Amino acid sequence: MLGKLTWQAIPFDQPIPLAAGAFVVLVIVGGLIWLAAKGYIPYLWREWITSVDHKRIGIMYCLLAAVMLVRGFIDALMMRSQQALAFHAAGYLPPEHYDQIFSAHGTIMIFFMAMPFVIGLMNFAMPLQLGVRDVAFPTLNSVSFWLTAAGALLVNVSLVVGEFARTGWLPYPPLSELAYSPGVGVDYYLWALQISGIGTLMTGINFVTTILKIRAPGMSYMRMPIFCWTTLASNLVIVAAFPILTATLAMLLLDRYVGFHFFTNEAGGNAMMFQNLIWAWGHPEVYILVLPAFGIFSEVVSTFSGKPLFDRRSMIVATLGICILSLCVWLHHFFTMGAGGDVNAVFGIASMIIAVPTGVKIYNWLFTMYGGRVRFSSAMLWSIGFMVTFVIGGMTGVLLASPAADFVLHNSLFLVAHFHNVIIGGVVFGVFAGYTYWFPKAFGFVLDERLGKAAFWCWFVGFYVTFMPLYVVGLEGMTRRMQRYDRPEWYPWMLIAEVGVLIILCGIALQVAQLWVSIRGRARRRDLTGDPWDGRSLEWSTTSPPPEFNFAVLPNVTSDEPYWSVKLQARARGQLVTPEPEYTPIEMPRNSPTGFVTAFFAVITGFSLIWHIWWLVILGLIGAYVTFVAFAWRDHTEIEIPAEEVARLDRANRAARAAALREAPVQ
Amino acid sequence: MRGVLAVLLVLLAACHTAVLSPAGPVGAANRIVLLDSLAIMLAIVVPTIVAILAFAYWFRASNTRARYLPEWAYSGRLELIVWSIPALVVFFLGGIAWISSHLLDPAEPLKSEAKPLEVQVVSLDWKWLFIYPGENVASVNRMVVPAGVPLDLKITSASVFNVFFVPRLGTMIYAMYGMTTRLNLQADRPGVYPGLSAHFSGDGFPGMAFDVHAVPPEQFAQWAAATRALGPVLDEAAYRKLLRQSQDVSPYNYRSVQTGLFEDIVEQRLPPGEGPKTAQSAASGPEMLAGRQH
Repeated sequence: MLGKLTWQAIPFDQPIPLAAGAFVVLVIVGGLIWLAAKGYIPYLWREWITSVDHKRIGIMYCLLAAVMLVRGFIDALMMRSQQALAFHAAGYLPPEHYDQIFSAHGTIMIFFMAMPFVIGLMNFAMPLQLGVRDVAFPTLNSVSFWLTAAGALLVNVSLVVGEFARTGWLPYPPLSELAYSPGVGVDYYLWALQISGIGTLMTGINFVTTILKIRAPGMSYMRMPIFCWTTLASNLVIVAAFPILTATLAMLLLDRYVGFHFFTNEAGGNAMMFQNLIWAWGHPEVYILVLPAFGIFSEVVSTFSGKPLFDRRSMIVATLGICILSLCVWLHHFFTMGAGGDVNAVFGIASMIIAVPTGVKIYNWLFTMYGGRVRFSSAMLWSIGFMVTFVIGGMTGVLLASPAADFVLHNSLFLVAHFHNVIIGGVVFGVFAGYTYWFPKAFGFVLDERLGKAAFWCWFVGFYVTFMPLYVVGLEGMTRRMQRYDRPEWYPWMLIAEVGVLIILCGIALQVAQLWVSIRGRARRRDLTGDPWDGRSLEWSTTSPPPEFNFAVLPNVTSDEPYWSVKLQARARGQLVTPEPEYTPIEMPRNSPTGFVTAFFAVITGFSLIWHIWWLVILGLIGAYVTFVAFAWRDHTEIEIPAEEVARLDRANRAARAAALREAPVQ
Repeated sequence: MRGVLAVLLVLLAACHTAVLSPAGPVGAANRIVLLDSLAIMLAIVVPTIVAILAFAYWFRASNTRARYLPEWAYSGRLELIVWSIPALVVFFLGGIAWISSHLLDPAEPLKSEAKPLEVQVVSLDWKWLFIYPGENVASVNRMVVPAGVPLDLKITSASVFNVFFVPRLGTMIYAMYGMTTRLNLQADRPGVYPGLSAHFSGDGFPGMAFDVHAVPPEQFAQWAAATRALGPVLDEAAYRKLLRQSQDVSPYNYRSVQTGLFEDIVEQRLPPGEGPKTAQSAASGPEMLAGRQH
């Protein structure tokens, strides 16, 4: 009846996962009861869960990412503590538990923290920057988000029911094959990623279509903000690379479920093929993450230096260069498989070439600051911290790209330090900069700067204290994923890294405090003009938070920095430039529960596939198909916002801006 | 302050930096590539970091002496420099990478007067088996080799992936089922060099440490002779026992080895590692719980 699922799946004998799982369940149930008691559930359903508004979906993506950041960070804390304790000792985590934790840490941080955060910020900011009302396929956007959330849920269910993969964040066969991993852990991994991967692919298609087909009048390609360019590049890579992931995981699923032999030891399977395929997706993936972060830094550095970005054109060329090169370097993840001098050297040099456009970007940000008036807001601190840190991470990356050096560094903690150096220093600092930068646009009030800066310094110092020791210990020959060790020379560095991770913990605590304090004091920190940072692109020309339709009248773009040039004219004249437009009714897509319902059935299907509950699989699939048919049949797809409502909202916006102009000194 | 200094001194004393203190020609060459590449990059990375901090500081909004150039966003000359610097660096590094990845090809035999010693390496769950076909002996989790003699290693796996790595000897390489990877190493001086698996292979992975004992050649011959005198025999039955998962196996030797054992493993005439005990039962019994059993 319930397939492989029995009471033994609940870890009654293991206190740590049981307590953690019980805590999570309590928090979720408690939260739901609180919401129900307060009567918020209908509001949440109407305004958020069924919303197809790109801004709200973006915010929900970021919220999911923030929660998963905490989950993934707890894993990190446990791993570092284990390695700090496990010198000549067993530590407090047995191998079968420790192995799940590092697998979950990587999986969650990449797929359910970094990806949702980046996609959330793209979702929120890109249509506003393009001066349009929504993405190309609003309901699909909602489906994408809820499928990602469904994947995240499945990964977290494995904490309580069954186990997670014990294979690392990329489940290399033959270890991940049924013969060596008979448990449900790998199945949790595979189905969670299949479900969320489909969501990500649809996001890619959606955003590429949006940027190529829907832009404000006059917004030519060369006038698009750099963040839109990096979003385009990143999503092109999603469209190119994610099908590879889906296909590769599908092959492993066929091996595990129906006895195929793609990657098995027996019957002619070839496990090396998995490594090639997974990295053909996996290496582009890191550029999917870091390109939008580059875009955020471009916006932030330019805004807070009070200058246009230095040489936009070469920035665009560099972005597209990285976009293409990212697909040509995957083999550098396994130079040590013995491919021979020619192959290794070609992929090594190709990997190094990526450093050229990336270096150009660093110099372009540098010269953007030159001749500027740099304001050290916390978003700018994240950006400067990024530039310094990323240069170091890039250097160690190029070092690893040299095959002969990689021969002694592959899989070591030097490698672990390198990719945390670029992912924390690049992606995480980037999304935090974006979060601080666009928060007032999303919620209408500014985050507390003092706590924000304190959080930055904790993260920045904590990062160096954690990962510089890992570089050293990598040079001492320590490999990754060690549950215990008995080499005295590694031990002190593990203790220092533990201190570092505690400093990062302080940073996260300060960020939580920052959010709390800012929400409590939001009345004082209202952003009345919609332009708290003296911004340059179109998102700052509408109110904070923007109305559902973003812009009362679609802006007419006449320069690279449309809002900046309008502001310059307005400041010169001391009044608004454009006369009040003629308001017309606006049609917006109707909210739809399709995404949520699809995700509900996806979770049911995924869970029952993991536990081999075949009848429930069929029910889940039927449910998903019915949802699709019901959605296809609907004929009432849009609502109309009357012209008076548009006029009312926009007049308030214009009045606030005019007032701000009168107060500001004429330049 | 004293405390900080003391801690730093302890750290420095604890610093053996295995990869940077090689004990053989391969490791030494790896180190040269590493340090040369690092030096070339530092020459450009350090000034860049200084410039980032200096520009940010000098052009701070409160500095009235700094020039404000609100329109300045393009300079063809700067653009040329900005593209040339990383391109030149990569040109140098690419040259080093091309030459070194050929010179240091793991399959390439080392130049030496001495006749290389062939050792066949098999990674098992979770231990290492070293077969000496010339001496017709084998050992588990301990590799005894003559110092100053090139080692011709043929490496395979009996189950999942592993990586054979002795940090102080240099280059590592994958051990994969059904495949032989070639690796040529040499220990210049006698000594004990710790080795490990550099690729996660399951629950027993941290116990896959082994020591390489490099001894003078005469002593190696004595060791081989003494090993041939006593200990178990590695035949197919003994090998099948090795296929069962076991952890933290203490080193021991086999006095003789069935002829062609390594080839039988690579050619898949012998079955792969058994995996966890529950593998077969979980597959056959539908009510059997698959998760959380080992």
